[in-house]
Formats: sequence, C-alpha cells, structure tokens
Amino acid sequence: MGVLGRLLQKVALLALAGGLAACASIPPGAGTNPADPWEVYNRHMFDVNDRVDRAVFKPVAQAYEAVLPQDVRVCVNNMFLNLLEPVNAINNLLQGKPSEAMSDLCRLAVNSTVGLFGCFDVAAKAGAPRSNEDFGQTLGRWGLQPGPYFVLPLLGPSSVRDTFGRLFDFLGTDPLWYIQDIPVRNTLVGVRLVDTRASLLPAEKVLEAAALDRYQFIRDAYLQLRRNLVYDGNPPRLLDPDDEDEDERPAAAPRPRDDPPMTPATR
Amino acid sequence: MSYKTLVTSLALMALLGAGLVHGPSASAQGTANAALSAPDALVKSLSEDVLDSIRKDPTLQAGDIARLNALVDERILPYVNFEKMTRLAVGRSWRDASPEQRQALTKEFRALLVRTYAGAVSTAKDYQVRMQPFRAEPNETDVTVRTQAVPARGEPIQLDYRLEKTGAGWKIYDVNVLGVWLVENYRNTFASEISRGGIDGLIKSLGERNKALESRKT
Repeated sequence: MGVLGRLLQKVALLALAGGLAACASIPPGAGTNPADPWEVYNRHMFDVNDRVDRAVFKPVAQAYEAVLPQDVRVCVNNMFLNLLEPVNAINNLLQGKPSEAMSDLCRLAVNSTVGLFGCFDVAAKAGAPRSNEDFGQTLGRWGLQPGPYFVLPLLGPSSVRDTFGRLFDFLGTDPLWYIQDIPVRNTLVGVRLVDTRASLLPAEKVLEAAALDRYQFIRDAYLQLRRNLVYDGNPPRLLDPDDEDEDERPAAAPRPRDDPPMTPATR
Repeated sequence: MSYKTLVTSLALMALLGAGLVHGPSASAQGTANAALSAPDALVKSLSEDVLDSIRKDPTLQAGDIARLNALVDERILPYVNFEKMTRLAVGRSWRDASPEQRQALTKEFRALLVRTYAGAVSTAKDYQVRMQPFRAEPNETDVTVRTQAVPARGEPIQLDYRLEKTGAGWKIYDVNVLGVWLVENYRNTFASEISRGGIDGLIKSLGERNKALESRKT
C-alpha cells in the first residue's frame, strides 16, 4: 500500500469522523428543487467533503504548489491529460463524432512524441484543440437526463447519470488503472489527485466571494456546466422564466423565441 | 476533471467575462460606436480595451475596489444592463418588489459582482480574447456573442455574452463562462432567500455578504 494506502486510510477515518460530526445547516425547504430531491443528504456530504478537503487535500495541494515551479506543474498536468486522450477518443466515437476521435488519437501520438510524453501540448498549438469527453457526457448525448443531483463521497458534485458515467470511466477507460505495477499506479493516482486539487486553488478564493450559498452555487454551476459539455459548448437556450422585459417599451417588436421548449431554467 | 473545470468556470464567471471592465483609453469612443452598430463589435472592442487597461494598471491588478468601481461606473455601465441582470436573477418576485426594493437589489447585486471581480482581476491579464463566428438576423434584438479567453498556457475558455438591443444601443445582460450563465446560477439562491425572508431578506443577505467581503479585504 505504501504512502497512498496510509493516506487513504487517514482520509477514510476523517470522513467517518466528519460524518459523525456532520452538522451542515439544512435550510428550510431543502429538497423541494426537482433537480435536487436529495438535498438533505447532499448538504451533509458536501460538508463532510469540505472538512476532509481542509484537513488533507488542500494542505497537500498547497505544499505541492509551493514546492514546484509553475512550468513543472503545467507539464505534469499536461501529461495526465495526455493519458486521457484515449478516453476522449472512445467517447467521441460513441457519440458519433469520428473526426474528433481521430483528432484525439493524433493529439496522443504527437504530444507523446514531439511533446515529450505529453509534457507540452504541441498539438493544440498546431490547431488541434483538446477534447473534454467522458462517459457521463456520452450518456447525455444519447438522451439520458442527469437525474437527481448527487454529491459523491470525496469526489464531490455529480448526478445519477454522471455517477454511472464515472464508474464506467473508472473501471473501463482510465488508463492509470491498466498499469500493472501497483506502487507505480498508486503513486500516479495520488499525484494526479494532488495535481487536480492544486489547479483548483486559485479559483477557490473567487468562489468564496461570489456565492451567497456555496452549496447551491456549486450545484447549479455543476448542472449548467455538464449540460454545456453534453452539447459541446452549444446547448439549446433555456427560456428565461418570468422575463417581462419591462424596460423594453413597445418600440421593439415582440422578440422572436424559437428555442425548443426545454425544461425551464428554474426547476 | 469536471470538478476542475467547474471551479475554474466559477472563478472566471466572477471575472464577469474578463471583458466588462474597460480602462480609460482612446478606444472608448470606438466602443461607443460599436455599441450602436453591432453586438459582436461591441464585445470585441470592450474585451480588448478591458484587457489592455488591466495589463497597464497595477492598481487594478491588485484588485483595488475604489478603482474598479470607478471603472465600472465610467466605462462598463453604459454597456451593461445591471437592472435586467438583477431582474432575471430575481425572477418572478421582481413583480412584487417596490421601486425602492428593485433599486436596492440592483445596487447590492452589482456590488457583489464587482467585489468578486476584484478578487479575480489579477489573473485576467494573462488572457487574450478570440472572437467566435457570429451569426444573427439583421432585425434580431436579442443575441448571443461567443468568444474564447485564451491563456498564455493551457486550454481556451468559453466566454459568451447575451446582449439586447435598446434605444441606447446594445447592452450586455448575461455572461457565460464554460457554459455557466451568471444569471441562472444566482436564480435558485435568490429564490430560496426570498422564500425565507422575502425580498427584504434577499437585500439584507446581499448586503451582509458585501460587508463581509469588504471587511475581509481582497
């Protein structure tokens, strides 16, 4: 098991302690939002995740950021993303986008060689942008709605659909899990975790400022973000509910709204 | 991966599109002209001026609130419809709000956005804006302009704007970062605040949030 094993043990203990001591404040009316029927559970889990993060992941990520220069961190990040190119390719293929899948494989070939094992994203500079695909998006593309919002232990925001998607990614297409050498594999998984957490640090302060209710803010952003990804950055527009356009006096003709009748934005 | 993009998007959303603050420059006139002609030209002009002035101004990069507020008043306000932004975020309850309450809501929401922006503005200088293809019928009065914020290193970030044609030219009323629309992201929070404490409750919460941010110092 080694270092990672001990770390995970510690995390599990903390999660347990956090779970026992969980006292997330549950506002009245929790669970009335149709997109989030499990809000009471979700808020508790959100709170537990937060405690574990503050105790373990965040300090480790801060140390990582303090020790390594930015160029090295960007390189590490690129290398992990490079390993995920097959995941992008498989999911693009499953979504009926063969040319994107081909581009992902070309990126893998170019960046793994010319880009020194993925350290540099030379393919992007040559005009082949990185895809961001996973199986949750593929399910969405196939018409599956996200279902209830669901905060996963340790992993954070998700939905029922995306939880299945993650499971598939995790068991099926994540290349790190195909590494036979267990200590090497665990080390890489651990470093990837730290790398991901460290890349969130700069954004965190801003989030603290913007949100009146962090839980809701993150939930609603997650749901919007995933919908956007399912549609590859171009989702059909949701109608603004209750937009009376009071500042628009008769001068303007009634505005054309040919959006498909999607679920209204406030669920 | 998705959580990372999520938080990045939230941070960038706070940048209000990295495009809305725009410094004292000769191109202010150009922006004014653009506002009257085409929405994509307005967004382009605003974005470029903004980034330009952030790069030139260390006080802005440090997130100086007074300086930012002055800029917002002077330069951004003419091209952003904060009231519509607030109205859409408040939703149905806007109808029940008195003129004073509406004014207070708009003021506090604006203050929150500016404060959030202040915390993020230092990172904006590393981005370039790339316009995406724009298509709209000539008689369209409500459009989406799509852009990308391109960092020196790393992935480009989707950055879209919704604009509405008014008597005074095109005005921005919503910003989208990585698919997360600002107005929609506040809608549920505002609704639950209102269901708990009414419109005055929401005004109070926003006010308290702003005060807390003020005392924390950016």
